[in-house]
Amino acid sequence: MNALLALALIFTELSLIAFGGGNTILPEMQRRVVEVHHWMTSQEFSALFALAQAAPGPNLMVVPLVGWHVAGLSGLLVSSVAKFGPSSLVTAFALRAWERFKERPWRRIVQTGLVPVTSGLVAASAIVINEATARTWGLAAIAIGVAITMLTTRIHPLVALAAGATLGVMGLGI
Amino acid sequence: MTFSAFSIPSSQTSPPSIGELFRGFLMLGLTGFGGVLPLARRMMVEDRGWLSGEEFTDLLGLCQFLPGGNIINMSVAVGLKFRGPVGALASILGLIAAPTAIVIVLGIVYDRYQDDPVLRHLFAGLAAAAAGLLISTAVKIAWPLRRRPLALVIAGLCAVAIAILKLPLLPTMLVFAPISILATWRLNA
Repeated sequence: MNALLALALIFTELSLIAFGGGNTILPEMQRRVVEVHHWMTSQEFSALFALAQAAPGPNLMVVPLVGWHVAGLSGLLVSSVAKFGPSSLVTAFALRAWERFKERPWRRIVQTGLVPVTSGLVAASAIVINEATARTWGLAAIAIGVAITMLTTRIHPLVALAAGATLGVMGLGI
Repeated sequence: MTFSAFSIPSSQTSPPSIGELFRGFLMLGLTGFGGVLPLARRMMVEDRGWLSGEEFTDLLGLCQFLPGGNIINMSVAVGLKFRGPVGALASILGLIAAPTAIVIVLGIVYDRYQDDPVLRHLFAGLAAAAAGLLISTAVKIAWPLRRRPLALVIAGLCAVAIAILKLPLLPTMLVFAPISILATWRLNA
């Protein structure tokens, strides 16, 4: 299949099922990009994810990066439009109906009911990304150290990323 | 305030122009390292007075309910509210323009220098730290469920289906979402 068409289909589908925010669709994105289409290895995917985390802005800036990696500028445009377009259209249409449905009991039932699924999907993201990234004891130690630090202190995520990169350069990851 | 999402904000007399929407979200995209949401509230509610605190919370509720990133949806909703479809387009483009350019520059650097040993170690450490951030996010999301065994079981099965069994997301969600909603609703799990 044409790579651009494949990118468009993948990210349109992911756009519409990304309930609970961007991190829930990360494993499916990795599965499509790495295992179905063999556009890159899982290590490369994790590296792109890390680059996107180091940049400012919304979650999931890994999407344009994947598109660019696969098919250059046109890949970037196709994947961005496919990822951000459909969910934006849904938002635009839902905005009109929101006044009516936000007070309905089913809205709260559905929203709270989806929390366990969101939680499971984000856990799956953490597993998939760590599996590809923490290939040595040193790198696993960096990942676990960052996780514990983020849970127990209030340091900025960017500081944690910088610390990880510094420890990597110092050779801890080998 | 039941009609808050559509009323004109009391804190500002004239709604933001298309240029102001673009610039506001551009700044947000440029400065929002590691989570844009707190900054988004400060920009829209406190600094620029586009929305009242209640209106912001109300719109955030909608954006969290719908698929897609919260802040992406928020930019669309706010742009649409003030300036229609063109406003929505200006807002979302403003939000993703700078981060897209930055990730591409980082991607080019990575592609070009990934064989350099120092940079390879740097990127490996960076990726490990990013993976660690994801662990902490997963724990934070799971934490409120800690006293709800059935919710934890559903979350666990969902994680195993996706991460270990590598099942496709769409059918997995079609199975787990109704179970999860029913269990939370009927069994108060």
